[in-house]
Amino acid sequence: MTVDDAVTQAFRSGWGRIVATLIRTTGDWDLAEECTQDAFARALEVWARDGVPDSPVAWLTTVARNRALDRLRRATTEAKKLKEVAQAPTPEEVEVDVDGDLPDDRLRLMFTCCHPALPLEGRVALTLRTVAGLTTAEIARMFLVPEPTMAKRLVRAKHKIRAAGIPFRVPPAHLRAERLGGVLAVVYLLFTEGYAATSGDHLLRRGLCDEAIRLARVLTTLEPDEPEVRGLLALLLLQDSRRDTRTDGGGRIVTLDEQDRTRWDSREIEEGLALLARTPTTGPYALQAQIAACHAAAPTAASTDWGRVAGLYAQLGALTDSPVVALNRAVAVGMAEGPQAGLTLVSDLEQSGALRGNHLLPTVKADLLDRLGHADEARAAYAEAHALARNEPERDHLARRLAALRTPP
Amino acid sequence: MKYLMFICGDENLALSPEETAAINTATDAWVREATARGVRLDGNRLARTDAATTVRARNGEVLVTDGPFAETREQVGGYDVLECADLDEALEIAAAHPVAKIGTIELRPFWGQ
Repeated sequence: MTVDDAVTQAFRSGWGRIVATLIRTTGDWDLAEECTQDAFARALEVWARDGVPDSPVAWLTTVARNRALDRLRRATTEAKKLKEVAQAPTPEEVEVDVDGDLPDDRLRLMFTCCHPALPLEGRVALTLRTVAGLTTAEIARMFLVPEPTMAKRLVRAKHKIRAAGIPFRVPPAHLRAERLGGVLAVVYLLFTEGYAATSGDHLLRRGLCDEAIRLARVLTTLEPDEPEVRGLLALLLLQDSRRDTRTDGGGRIVTLDEQDRTRWDSREIEEGLALLARTPTTGPYALQAQIAACHAAAPTAASTDWGRVAGLYAQLGALTDSPVVALNRAVAVGMAEGPQAGLTLVSDLEQSGALRGNHLLPTVKADLLDRLGHADEARAAYAEAHALARNEPERDHLARRLAALRTPP
Repeated sequence: MKYLMFICGDENLALSPEETAAINTATDAWVREATARGVRLDGNRLARTDAATTVRARNGEVLVTDGPFAETREQVGGYDVLECADLDEALEIAAAHPVAKIGTIELRPFWGQ
């Protein structure tokens, strides 16, 4: 392994842990980030000269901690902080923490970054910066905002943590379930941002999905008994297995029924299915993962167990009360029981007005009408969907659907 | 950490005498518990905003106006000073205040802690 590879690997496994440990011991987020950054810079020099140490993350933790001590020593007024850093666990203890009984500092870091008193965009940015080690410039590009805007967002979030007294800890038992939901939501949001097929830099988006999967993995090692944590990781893996088949070479949308299933990532599918095999299906992430598993397990769209998909969407709908879930259920029912049954559910949803202005409802309606042989109504529904679609790939997709109506005029 | 807790609500909310009495009783209980626990240092109810006066001094001139500094749907109707370990403890205390159910509570940390 080259020194660059060793540093990259240590960065992936170590960045969040080292930053988290330094935040815990100094209480200073900026100092923690800067000293961790310095340690990686030194590793590039020293490892090239002396070779890669046996325990790279322990080496980096020592260097980062010593750097923090130096800087705090120079700022002599910080006498109290200095004492705490000096008493912080040795790097060996830090290493042991990862598999031992003590909670990994990264877990504290994730819960703190995802505290509900922070704005959602701040939670996402802070998680990417401190837990995942992305630069401000990278995060800015991912969310298509100017770098100074993202820098300001990070500064505000860190300021709020300090000024409002947000504790750096894993919340106690009575707050745990609720707060864990917030952490999972941020990880899921990172993934869906990266999964959006229609905008932004492809490589960056790919990286965002990978990062979300990595964070979900960290959560499963730290919270192995939480079904929703395993459910989330399974969901991300199963969705990610399809990502390269969702657009064609020209960037056009390819729907689930038209995707080349031989190109789905079988390793991710296997891992996702294995996770689900020992996860009770009670929460929203595990339910969504089970739905994704129904698609992943089917060799063709037609052979999908649509009855099971419809049942899972019904369960999910009861939990989330989301109109999009209700619409997905209508699609599944339309496949399982025929287009008329699906159309009945779509009509109910249309009357509720919950999806007014969204192109998805008329899109689904158009397909069901077409399958029933109501060409004129299908055409009108596609036209409505086309007018409501938000971006060019969607409009292009709908135009192609309209052109391919089963019952031409 | 010290926090000032603003108790806000719509002061024109039409409540029955029974509802008002129930809120007062629940608030008294909240005050007793939070004070006994040592997290509430001080606090009080405020007169309605029709008793508020706004003062500004500009260019050596004092400008006095009737009413609160901003017309809002909810008004500050009381305050409490909390001394808590961290925001999570303050959130727990604030969420237990009876007005949290019908109005809004804002937690502001003291300056420079």
